[in-house]
Amino acid sequence: MRRKTYVSTQVFGKAGLFRKLRPVLSSLDMELTERCNNNCIHCCINLPSHDALARKRELSTEAVKKILREAVSLGCLSVRFTGGEPLLRGDFQELYLFARKLGLRVLVFTNATLITPGLVALWCRVPPLGDIEVTVYGMKKSSYEAVTRVPGSYEAAWRGIHLLLKNKIHFVVKGAFLPQNKDEMGAFEAWAAANVPQLDGPPAYSLYFDLRCRRDDAAKNRLIKSLRPSPEEGLRVLVRQKDKYVKGMQAFCSKFMRPSGEKLFSCGAGCGGCVDAYGVFQPCMMLRHPDCVYDLKKGNLRDALEGFFPKLRETKAANPEFLRRCARCFLKGLCEQCPAKAWMEYGTLDTPVAYLCGAAHEQARFLGLIGKKEKAWTVNDWQGRIDAFVKKGR
Amino acid sequence: MESQVFLNKVYAPSGDVVAREVAGEFIIVPIASGVGDMEDEIFSLNETGKSIWDKLSPAKSLKDVARELSVEFEGPLAKIEKDCVGLVQELLKRKIVIEKGKK
Repeated sequence: MRRKTYVSTQVFGKAGLFRKLRPVLSSLDMELTERCNNNCIHCCINLPSHDALARKRELSTEAVKKILREAVSLGCLSVRFTGGEPLLRGDFQELYLFARKLGLRVLVFTNATLITPGLVALWCRVPPLGDIEVTVYGMKKSSYEAVTRVPGSYEAAWRGIHLLLKNKIHFVVKGAFLPQNKDEMGAFEAWAAANVPQLDGPPAYSLYFDLRCRRDDAAKNRLIKSLRPSPEEGLRVLVRQKDKYVKGMQAFCSKFMRPSGEKLFSCGAGCGGCVDAYGVFQPCMMLRHPDCVYDLKKGNLRDALEGFFPKLRETKAANPEFLRRCARCFLKGLCEQCPAKAWMEYGTLDTPVAYLCGAAHEQARFLGLIGKKEKAWTVNDWQGRIDAFVKKGR
Repeated sequence: MESQVFLNKVYAPSGDVVAREVAGEFIIVPIASGVGDMEDEIFSLNETGKSIWDKLSPAKSLKDVARELSVEFEGPLAKIEKDCVGLVQELLKRKIVIEKGKK
């Protein structure tokens, strides 16, 4: 006879926990600061760590706690502390512990340079229940600091990473594919495979770098554009494990590829969101267009999630080029075109981003979804193309 | 190894977990290390388990809990006692509850 069980085990982040209802908010991103102790050449958000004005404007400890409490009351299970560099905040440990004691899983995005034995001891005693995510900018001091532009950051980051390793704290690493470090991909991946058991494959890379998401620095935007790989080079990174990539794309295409139509938001933006360092609730981490954000000083998460964001998600594109191309393009799943990207590139919500269009078409050509000179929005039988591609994998 | 559970003992939720009700599901989230087996696990209880959990208190023996439930649900005491012991066994081995007075 089978023994009765009263307790079932669930893994955070895996489907199957909710059988009947969904919480109003299941996860929340909190950008604790825009300041960072690195000055990365490709970064879309960082302000100097000593920026007094930014620091003064940041949410107080109590204000962050109030938002976390409301998030939990709405059913939130998971919060991601990001930045800037979230560990720059003097109250980071207090906020971390507060969130965990509310029953939240806490994910942390960090450059690892400010990880201390004290913080690691806290993570050992009160585990985050999720991985710490560390971006590694290079395997050598010369490449690492050519990216971060801060002397000593290489040693500090690796000291932090070794503290995580020594204390068996779960963490994952990701890379940023830049001219300064691209020759070290092999070394980085070999190191990650040998040392980071939480990774179930090669590390992910930031590849198509975003422009400044506050549209605050034209010179920096020119620099970021100069660092972006060409569509051909981007494709070479994506297909370095060709069979795995193609198989993954077959599964992906069967579910997510179709023209988006005139609706601007076909992603999950606004179903959760990101609270910026100053208490403004964004529908996603990148979209800071003033018409798309909700000031939590004048309201609350629930009003944003149940009133403001649902209306925003109904927004339709008006740009004729978007309607002619993006609305009819079945590469939606391959293309990163979205209101946030259009905002960062052009200050609008619906201007087609030429760079992303090029990258998506390069991938589609490689996968055999379109011909050499074909534009995906001119393909009428797009479903037939997808079916044929998916069928090849069976 | 199965944990020994006795009806005359007192069992209460550990301070190292937080119980939450989210979208109709009752879940228990570990706070400190050592609860459960893995570092990213949470736990959910079935309806019987949730009813028992709600009654667990440092002021009541497991027998008191079973008696209260038997009155509340008008069910046979012996069966409810069996459920109480079964649940606490599962929770004790995961360190979600502790036996009061035990060092």
